[in-house]
Amino acid sequence: MLSYRYITRVFCIKQSNVKTLSIQRLYSDNVCKTQKTPLYDLHEKYGGKLVDFAGFLLPIQYADMSVSSSHLFTRNSSSIFDVSHMLQTNVYGNDCISWFESICPVDLKGMADGTSSLTVFLNKNGGIIDDLIVTKVKDDQLYIVSNAGRIDVDKQHMQETSEAFKKNGKDLSIEFLSITQRALIAVQGPKAASVLQPLTNIALKDLMFMSSTVGQVAGVNCRVTRCGYTGEDGVEISIPADKANTVTEALLQSSDVKLAGLGARDSLRLEAGLCLYGNDIDESVTPVEANLTWLIAKRRREEANFPGADIIMRQIKEGVSKRRIGIRIEKGAPARKDAVLKDKEGRDVGKITSGCPSPSLGGNVAMGYVVEQLKKPGTELLVNIRGKDVPCNVSKMPFIPSRYYVKK
Amino acid sequence: MVMSSIIRVVTRVSSSRVVTTCCRRALYSTENKARYYTKKHEWVAVNGDIGTVGISSYAQDALGEVVFVQLPDVGRELTTGEECGALESVKAASEVYTPVSGTVTEKNDTAESTPSLINKSCYEDGWLFRLKLSSPEELKQLMDQTAYDKYLEESH
Repeated sequence: MLSYRYITRVFCIKQSNVKTLSIQRLYSDNVCKTQKTPLYDLHEKYGGKLVDFAGFLLPIQYADMSVSSSHLFTRNSSSIFDVSHMLQTNVYGNDCISWFESICPVDLKGMADGTSSLTVFLNKNGGIIDDLIVTKVKDDQLYIVSNAGRIDVDKQHMQETSEAFKKNGKDLSIEFLSITQRALIAVQGPKAASVLQPLTNIALKDLMFMSSTVGQVAGVNCRVTRCGYTGEDGVEISIPADKANTVTEALLQSSDVKLAGLGARDSLRLEAGLCLYGNDIDESVTPVEANLTWLIAKRRREEANFPGADIIMRQIKEGVSKRRIGIRIEKGAPARKDAVLKDKEGRDVGKITSGCPSPSLGGNVAMGYVVEQLKKPGTELLVNIRGKDVPCNVSKMPFIPSRYYVKK
Repeated sequence: MVMSSIIRVVTRVSSSRVVTTCCRRALYSTENKARYYTKKHEWVAVNGDIGTVGISSYAQDALGEVVFVQLPDVGRELTTGEECGALESVKAASEVYTPVSGTVTEKNDTAESTPSLINKSCYEDGWLFRLKLSSPEELKQLMDQTAYDKYLEESH
């Protein structure tokens, strides 16, 4: 029996309680509950192997390339990923910044117009409701991209907190962009900018990592943000849904870019040390435990007025009992989610949250949580894979150096 | 890909191995043997009391490029349906369960060292392991080619 246990966990966040998903389910025609993205026809045209990811039909890979070839092509050249399933939200109003800072630990006030930041929605215990990218378009306008697997939760959270805010006479309105309105593609890799530049009036040499602007791409008005989920240079392009095909096809005219699917997206983000919500972070962990303390902006630490600030500030001061770390397994099978980590004496010391073979490095990479005393890179541990204890090492992340477009 | 062909060439040049390889090919080749399938896409082809086990083309395609193979050791006794190995691609892991009971007589070392063989030749060079059947009547529980093709058509 071939059971696609791990793929289920990675790619069907909404069904995280379902432990096994047979091939039938993955490739079933019975997909009435799943939504198509504006690029569905394009995926079909280029041989995308479509799977249900968080309720959306998306390609796990394309017929012409294996996941590892596609991964390596992204690292050496560039790839286009359909990420239209993610939730795009516009926020307007004079009080949008103070509202947003009441639910996230980011310093929006201190950010320049047209810049972006990774941040997290926090619950009252400091647990991570979702991770997201926020762009401060200007003082009275924000643009947010958050996870597909958390659409319902995020919408409810933004709605409830904003309603409470508005009752106090604040000026704020929220616009969720539906998948029929707006598409989102990520162009990632060292050649992403050179592929995009001939098609846009945006001067990409001036668009630094984590900044965002609007402009024309292939004659279509788009928002282009220099960010991504691969560790490479690249952009995410927000496109009116009915023009998504035009823009993507125009980009595909270059031989330096190919379509890539969720499979490569997952191995690329793992090598880059980036978290997958639902695996590596969730409501049960704080940014401090998740080794994302840097998300708590300096000014916000002083003010200590974000959700869960008491707990998070205490953790920053006094430490935590577990921490997210990278794990490198040089040889053998990859460790996947829920594999138990042990110390050399065989005691349970933590758990893997995601892992896969590393196409760029060989061997395997993984992330997980270990007890605080064992978090140091180089620490030798064991990971139990199908009953066997396999030697592994705590590793620094990212596993491969990031190549973001930053000022040198 | 280059690696795998090099390995195969080297295997055949070594004279003692040529004989072994040829004999085994003649003895165990599944080319003309009927394959019986499980609902979870393993196959077994039987010659005498020795069964050769692999995964179907459908399964290798669904799994994607195999990058790690773990197979049962020779001598291990398996009961039908028992988990006895694993295949890993970048995107997924899948356990291998034996379609029939028996004692493992051989595992495919070449597939273990060159996992992509399972994608390239899942019915021939990419077989997984062989076992001496202890309950040949179990084969009746499996699907023949026609039934398996129908099963794929109906349920996938």
